[in-house]
Amino acid sequence: MALTGIQIYKFLPKTNCKACGFPTCLAFAMKLAQGQAELSKCPDVSDEAKQALEAASRPPMKLVTIGAGEKKMEVGGETVMFRHDKTFFHPSALVVRVKDTQSDDEIAQTVEAVTKYTVERVGITFGMDGIAIQNDFGDAGKFAACAEAVKGKTDLPLILMSDDAAAMGAALEKIADAKPAICGANKDNIDAMIELAKANGVALGIKGDNLDELAELSEKAAGAGVEDIILDPATRGHGDSLNALTQMRRLAIKKQFQPMGFPTITFPGEGASSLDEEAVMAAQYVAKYGSIVVLDTFDPAMVYPLITLRLNLYTDPQKPIQMAAGIYPIGNATADSPFCVTTNFSLTYFTIAGELESTGIPAWLMVCDTEGLSVLTAWSAGKFDAEKIAKTAKEQDAASKVGHKKVILPGKVAILRGELEDEMSDWQIMVGPMEAMDVGGWFKKNWN
Amino acid sequence: MAVEIPVDKWTGKIRELKFGGGGRKEVIIGGASTLPYLKFEGEPCNPTRVAITIHDCEPPYPPGLLSAWGDVVKDPSEWAKKAVEIGADIICLRLTSAHPETANTGAVEAKATVDKVLSAVDVPLIVLGPGVAEKDNEVLMAVSETAKGQRIALGNCEEKNYKTIAAVAISDGHIAIAKTPLDINLAKQLNVLVSDVGVPMDSIIMDPDTGALGYGIEYGYSINERLRLAALMGDSMCQIPIINHAGPETWRQKEARAAEGVPAEWGSLDERAVIWEELTAIACINSGADLLVMNHPKAVEMIKATIGKLSA
Ligand code: B12
Ligand code: SF4
Repeated sequence: MALTGIQIYKFLPKTNCKACGFPTCLAFAMKLAQGQAELSKCPDVSDEAKQALEAASRPPMKLVTIGAGEKKMEVGGETVMFRHDKTFFHPSALVVRVKDTQSDDEIAQTVEAVTKYTVERVGITFGMDGIAIQNDFGDAGKFAACAEAVKGKTDLPLILMSDDAAAMGAALEKIADAKPAICGANKDNIDAMIELAKANGVALGIKGDNLDELAELSEKAAGAGVEDIILDPATRGHGDSLNALTQMRRLAIKKQFQPMGFPTITFPGEGASSLDEEAVMAAQYVAKYGSIVVLDTFDPAMVYPLITLRLNLYTDPQKPIQMAAGIYPIGNATADSPFCVTTNFSLTYFTIAGELESTGIPAWLMVCDTEGLSVLTAWSAGKFDAEKIAKTAKEQDAASKVGHKKVILPGKVAILRGELEDEMSDWQIMVGPMEAMDVGGWFKKNWN
Repeated sequence: MAVEIPVDKWTGKIRELKFGGGGRKEVIIGGASTLPYLKFEGEPCNPTRVAITIHDCEPPYPPGLLSAWGDVVKDPSEWAKKAVEIGADIICLRLTSAHPETANTGAVEAKATVDKVLSAVDVPLIVLGPGVAEKDNEVLMAVSETAKGQRIALGNCEEKNYKTIAAVAISDGHIAIAKTPLDINLAKQLNVLVSDVGVPMDSIIMDPDTGALGYGIEYGYSINERLRLAALMGDSMCQIPIINHAGPETWRQKEARAAEGVPAEWGSLDERAVIWEELTAIACINSGADLLVMNHPKAVEMIKATIGKLSA
């Protein structure tokens, strides 16, 4: 928990020597509390005080980085229980697991498909976040070879999964420079795994059969100097996982209980017997406190909905994703192209823009600043009216874009037609279809 | 190391609400005294119930959803029977044909449809009007009378049109559904209005609205959570069970409808569409839905199994 200025002051030397650049220790303490100064600026602060202050200013859940390249994955770092309390910061990482018992071809295919998968939604490109490699065969050499082969085929962050420290060591020898996470530690092998994590500077995944055990192992690893930890509460069902992960999040956020102040790892595929079951389980983890979600199936029909859910739940509730106001060409729009109007809510924009694009007919799309609200929401909030449309058309110089002076409204705001006729009296106001997907048919009938 | 689990102490509890009776099977929803399915925090309550949507005429469903039901979509009583076989705890009948822009049917047809459905199945019923104020009032009055004593739910009571529906619900002993557009204060306020005209507090369900996955689920999710938290903290006007239309919202969206002209990265339509409904549903469950309305048989089966596992 963050300390107040007065609490911090108690730890300072109280000599008012001004070396920190502030007139008094108290003034410095106040700035520290606001996060506007750094403790290191005081030359005389004692080690004991340093420790206490650092512990107090530590975020309740550590942000852990996996991987070395450009695509490295950052998980954890959350500060609230509910998205409406502030926002969730680091979207659950979606990882796909391959096993060293699979054939080389099968592994290569999955790794390739996962690595190159990208999908766009509301103008943002998403991909998968990593690949996990499971040691199921039981042979260190084979696991290491598999890890090396996977690394050769992907630039995604990797997670090595084995509870055999010898196998883990062998795999790390091959791919440690990729900074994989090693998921692996449990009560039987914790010491060896701690050594491996420290020696290679990688994040350590720890599994505990219950929260008591998990906390103990986590504390042990942290005490031994492992900085990056990932927690697996060993629950695999809907109910037990929800309960355990909620408890862990509460311990981290509300109690600042350090052994639980780390991201979590979850395995929706374990125990699921169908694609849907795995999808539903994974969705629950995205919603309820899974930082890393390791899938055992890679199927776009499951992954795309999951990416969408994650995008939704991790969007800052205070600010919907928005477009800048302006007049955007769709295709090679010319002075004869249809001229459409919409709002600046990114979902609205990209839905209608996508549909316009797929008609094959070039068009103009004018975006009004509606503070990130959809068509009807903005209309009912008074942020998308005839005046706003006319004003935007003027500011953006719509008349210079098209010669025909016809403007097409979203069907859902047909009601604006009359007023807009008054506001833009030299324009013809047309009302398009209600749903974006019907715009192609509408063009056929109404635009020539 | 013995970890001390932080247990939140709540003073409030969601009201229990009973559907059915009068010879009809009874289904109880609500009763939660914790956030969804947190067993370490208090007594388990009634699990989330699942209602299946049926229509009084063939609905504009996309082919995949239509063929999953087959010919029964032509006959509401057959449709209701099949829905019960698939696991519907409750039937949610939409009087789609009463919309002025479709067949514009009236009170007589609505009464006949509801009579047929009531005699075809023994589970409780929700009846929704076409969503046009005058027509809602007209058809729901007839429906209310014919179902008297069987405690069905009538919807929707909205801010601008709740008095008639509330009044018939009171006189015939039914449940009123209070629907508001994604705003916690509006939801509370409508609950107040509906109870002020005399609907008993244990006969109101609230529909705080939700968007589908990709279409506003985050708003529905957060409104559910905020309502549930307010209820647990003791706000009496929030202690009303929540209904979420996960199915109907999903199947309006392109992701559940479009087979062609969409990126290959969306995956196969049949799988994607059902998963779209399932993920919308699980988000509702995890945020506090007491009653889910769903559409696709496969999604219903999966979500019912999931609810079973959450409660186990
Ligand atoms: C999510 C949501 C919200 C979110 C806001 C989300 C956002 N960023 O806009 C929140 C919770 C904030 C919200 C608030 C409100 N909402 Co609201 N909200 C919704 C909801 C569930 C989804 C809206 C959405 O995102 N749709 C998806 C986007 C893509 O749709 P769209 O913008 O319309 O675009 C489509 C078409 O219009 C078309 N299109 C778009 N542009 C163009 C252009 C052309 C040329 C063409 C042809 C087509 C086209 O393409 C898209 C796909 O088909 C709807 C109900 C629903 N299920 O639809 C209610 C809804 C829009 N809200 C409603 C209301 C009343 C409100 C409030 C006024 C309630 C209140 N009093 O507080 C507030 C107002 C906001 C404020 N004061 O700030 C009502 C509007 C009623 C009406 N008929 O006017 C609705 C319909 C709910 C209802 N059934 O009552 N809402
Ligand atoms: S440098 Fe340290 S001791 Fe000197 S005034 Fe600043 S806080 Fe106080």
